[in-house]
Amino acid sequence: MNRVGEFHVHKNVRKRFVVMINAGDLRTEEMLLNMGPQHPSTHGVFRVVIRTDGEMILETESHIGYLHRCFEKISENVNYMQVVPYTDRMDYLCAMINNLGYAEAVEKLMELEVPERAKYIRIIACELNRIASHLLAFGVYGLDLGAITPFLHAFRDREKILKIFEKLCGQRLNYTYIRVGGVSFDMTEEILQDIQDFLDYFEPDVLDEFNRLLSYNGIFISRTANVGIIPEEMAINYGLTGPSLRGSGVKRDLRKDEPYCIYDRFDFEVPVGDGEQGTVGDCWSRYIVRVKEMYESAQIIRQAMRDIPGGAFIDKKASNKVKPPKGEVYHKVEGARGELGYHVISDGTDVPYRVKARAPSFCNISILDAMASDANMMLADIVAVIGSFDIVMGEVDR
Amino acid sequence: MTQLENMNPDPLTRDSVLLNTVDNVVNLTRANSVWPLTFGLACCAIEMMAAGACKYDLARFGSETFRATPRQADLMIVAGTVTHKMAPRVKRLYDQMPEPKFVIAMGGCVIRGGPYVKYGYHVVKGVDLVIPVDVYVPGCPPRPEALLEGIFKIQKLMMRERITDRERLSTKPKMYQPT
Repeated sequence: MNRVGEFHVHKNVRKRFVVMINAGDLRTEEMLLNMGPQHPSTHGVFRVVIRTDGEMILETESHIGYLHRCFEKISENVNYMQVVPYTDRMDYLCAMINNLGYAEAVEKLMELEVPERAKYIRIIACELNRIASHLLAFGVYGLDLGAITPFLHAFRDREKILKIFEKLCGQRLNYTYIRVGGVSFDMTEEILQDIQDFLDYFEPDVLDEFNRLLSYNGIFISRTANVGIIPEEMAINYGLTGPSLRGSGVKRDLRKDEPYCIYDRFDFEVPVGDGEQGTVGDCWSRYIVRVKEMYESAQIIRQAMRDIPGGAFIDKKASNKVKPPKGEVYHKVEGARGELGYHVISDGTDVPYRVKARAPSFCNISILDAMASDANMMLADIVAVIGSFDIVMGEVDR
Repeated sequence: MTQLENMNPDPLTRDSVLLNTVDNVVNLTRANSVWPLTFGLACCAIEMMAAGACKYDLARFGSETFRATPRQADLMIVAGTVTHKMAPRVKRLYDQMPEPKFVIAMGGCVIRGGPYVKYGYHVVKGVDLVIPVDVYVPGCPPRPEALLEGIFKIQKLMMRERITDRERLSTKPKMYQPT
């Protein structure tokens, strides 16, 4: 092979030269590429060191801890009610479900039965928040892969949900709404009407619009289908949960399998990846599970709004004095990203002895290194893979 | 567009027709196309994205171009908790930005540690210990309107830049003085 090159003999003299290289001398070099912590498509401050051979990925090494939240240590210092705002700030995209998990864990410890109305309000708030979270995941996934329009459409609808939440509890992101004993404010008729209006707008047309915009877009399918395939067995071995697990075809949803709160009263489907485009367990499957889940969440909200009873929305007496007896409890709920568990240990005082959170994002992203070394992934695929897990760094690092 | 007037504080060049005109043109162009660095750390980054999306539409004020590389950005919005592990990276990114550069500290965590200030062992208690900050936007997280207000304040700061003493401005600590 002939290669023509130029080099400097003297700063003013240039000479052309021809180098003969045998094909046997051709060699490739490995390169270490540092992605993050400041990178637009690592969903926060996630760092991956990638060893590449040309365009192919040989190995990745994940580094976390750039957004450590100090959740567990702080919980040992503040009382049971004061822990709730810190649960918000772990997974800030679905703060309601984080609140719910913690509140239910403490209630289980106290053997406290919350008012019936509060349970329904919790379901409505959590499922609305799940829709908001999946909307953001949908929009940002498009953004990662180079499609800007879906992001704007998703945020248009997300703002509608945030407006409802603002009316409900005065915050847009970190709600601290679901507390031990109930919820902090009542869901008035006006807000219920707003939610009804939102669902009537959202459910029939918008999901269809999303599918036309992104899901069945040819470029999007070629970027995500058959990319980053996680077989069923591997997904279970690595402890994947939530849409990432269901994308691999495993039908596991805590709302269905081990119902908490009052999820057993509602009728809904658990969507799983079925290999409609590409293979079961690829990035597209994980993505489409989220889009389908938005529809199912809307169904749950409709049923909950139909059945919502009157009465008190908080057990004031219990929530004013949260002092569980000595003991420990583990309670898990289905967050927007997977199984969110709280292990609360009480020593009988009003300050928790220990609170441990099992964060779904942390377990989900742990599979990344194993995937990258197994599959023949290209450099551009790693963006698609990280995006398909929909990680939130606040939850990964806690 | 916000009211952007020449706020040249220097009496020597304030009345110079030529210099003022040049300053005004340069500053107007700069202040109306602020390019922020995509630098989301935590919850505040979601509100930063919301500010860039359709309802709040940062594009109305010329700042929709979020740059992923610090070398093309002139505004750093530090949005989210800065941990001790992240602080050296924040400094490094700031150093890579070209002059003139401006910093918005967005959210309670960035300003003074936020909810983690008392018991948290991980948080940098104020990003201004690491890099100089021009505008503080409080809130947990701040609403997108608050961020917009912060960017307006940055635009006002930009109007005070003068081509004659760029270096002097960049070396002295920049503090925002309300007019």
